[in-house]
Amino acid sequence: MTESSQDEKITLLTYAEIEEVKGFVGNYDVTIRKKARSVDLVKCTGCGECKQKCPKKVPSEFDMVLGTRKAIYTPFTQAVPNVPVIDRECCLYFTKGKCQICSKVCPAGAVDYEQKDELITEKFGAIVVATGFDQFDWTVYGEYGGGRIKNIVTGLHIERMLETSGPTGGHIIRPSDGKEAKVVVFVQCAGSRDEAKGKPYCSRVCCMYTAKHALLLKDHQPDSQAYVFYIDIRAGGKNYEEFTKKVQRDHGAVYIRGRVSKIYEKGDKLVVCGADTLTGKPVKIEADLVVLATAMVPQADATALAQKLNIPYDKHGFYTEVHPKLQPVASVTKGIFLTGACQFPRDIPDTVAMSGAAAVGVCGIFSQDEMSIEPRIACVDTERCVSCFNCLQVCPFNAIVQQEIDGKTYAYVQESLCTGCGNCASTCRVRAITVRGFTDEQLYAQIKAALN
Amino acid sequence: MDAHNFREQIKELSGADVGKCIQCGKCTAGCPVAVDMDYVPNQVMQLIRMNEKDCLLKANTFWFCAACQTCSARCPEDIDIAKIMNTLRRLAADDMINVQAKKISKLNREFLKSIRMFGRVYELGMVMKYNLMTGQPLKDVSLAPALFSKGKIGLLPHKVKGLDQVKKIIKEGKRFTE
Repeated sequence: MTESSQDEKITLLTYAEIEEVKGFVGNYDVTIRKKARSVDLVKCTGCGECKQKCPKKVPSEFDMVLGTRKAIYTPFTQAVPNVPVIDRECCLYFTKGKCQICSKVCPAGAVDYEQKDELITEKFGAIVVATGFDQFDWTVYGEYGGGRIKNIVTGLHIERMLETSGPTGGHIIRPSDGKEAKVVVFVQCAGSRDEAKGKPYCSRVCCMYTAKHALLLKDHQPDSQAYVFYIDIRAGGKNYEEFTKKVQRDHGAVYIRGRVSKIYEKGDKLVVCGADTLTGKPVKIEADLVVLATAMVPQADATALAQKLNIPYDKHGFYTEVHPKLQPVASVTKGIFLTGACQFPRDIPDTVAMSGAAAVGVCGIFSQDEMSIEPRIACVDTERCVSCFNCLQVCPFNAIVQQEIDGKTYAYVQESLCTGCGNCASTCRVRAITVRGFTDEQLYAQIKAALN
Repeated sequence: MDAHNFREQIKELSGADVGKCIQCGKCTAGCPVAVDMDYVPNQVMQLIRMNEKDCLLKANTFWFCAACQTCSARCPEDIDIAKIMNTLRRLAADDMINVQAKKISKLNREFLKSIRMFGRVYELGMVMKYNLMTGQPLKDVSLAPALFSKGKIGLLPHKVKGLDQVKKIIKEGKRFTE
């Protein structure tokens, strides 16, 4: 991250959102909202005095609410740039007009309460979308406590607990009383592979990170015992299978094949009711801590962003690629590439590979002055067009614009944006717009031949 | 296709398709009686899939099934397992190969007879008749003093109002078993 922030050919815009995207491949006009941090990016030296002296503490989202952060904060220690932001929703100055300690202690005078959001519009040739993932809301599982049981956590909680400089100092603890967890049950597929209440797909990474957690649990706390409830172990990567085997063989993790039906509290322990389908017996385990491997879902605003970019997405909100096997990195909209978990749950090696492919895709566009595209796109016969512009309204890619010829306006299809979907052709009432290669005459001829 | 005979039969009778089952085991995990079954629910699903009809109809699984529906409620593939158990009971009822099945079936019938006669279960009568029929007349005698002294069981049956309506329900229900 630091490397990218220092490279002279890269401009890093953090704490910023896409406001609007206009144009087409090679010629995008993107309006970006640089949100107000309330701290001057240039003046701030990253000394951290403001964070130290701020009196307002709130639960830390990054630490999965296991720890706290201040109202003026950086999300994590290694954040780039090392410039804090003021959370105006909890800051004592912004909510009650009091305090202002941060601006008093700042040696560089970088705190600026009057800072406003800034909108900038710039030209870009291509866009790479890498918005990542979020966790499935597993509290829909009433049988797992529905979110009411404190000692049921997720893989991300364990990640924060394992960090030595994290909220628990590197210890895997029970959130209810802070004691070290001795018996830990890992429940895989919590939300994945579930057509009834969760997501039907496999989230791909959980088998591997659960194995990692089981290994590190034993490593950090040698007198602990890990139980892993699984349906299948998906370890299809380089050295992945050997790793999961090692965890069971050398690090004492007990793997039980069966889904968990219910988790309930008994005293200060948790009773996990699962099954071992290999022996055909139900299994009950009393645990200190239960870790759910939750499903991976797209970010909550993934579909809103897709609307801004005009890229299609599937029923789960994952962005759609041109071809799942042959073009997994290009979005259907030309000039926009996808990488990482925003396209589908994906681990780190695959994401890095995909990102390289996306970068090359962009270079491919930039290395030419002209672009060749599929000829099967729509075109307008201006002699027939009655300028109703219904086609303009139904085009999902905003490819149709109004064009003026001799004082009259007609519909015009921008070739580089058109994907040949045919929405316009089926909407046009006067048959003025057709998709090349799929004219009505050609289709009638095909039907006639098929019926003969 | 021959390979799917039993699966198709179960699907036709119960509406549930075991082809969707991924053997996750959540049904077995939540079943309150699974510990006593010779084949647990997820194994029953697989036996249906493997066309093992003869083997399955001898099992005690669906006779022990309490029809609590926890399996159906929690199945991630929305398979109505409880309904399948019911279907298996109906299929096995004719031959009644399983020894425990005969006894359980007798209890079910006495239970229904009692309801038909009084509108609610005449516990004392039903238990006495069942124990005599199954050749274990003294099975629950030791419980009698405590039950009577605490008023948990009555000497005489209670008839409900609207008994003719109850009889009608049972008569209509019989139509579905034909």
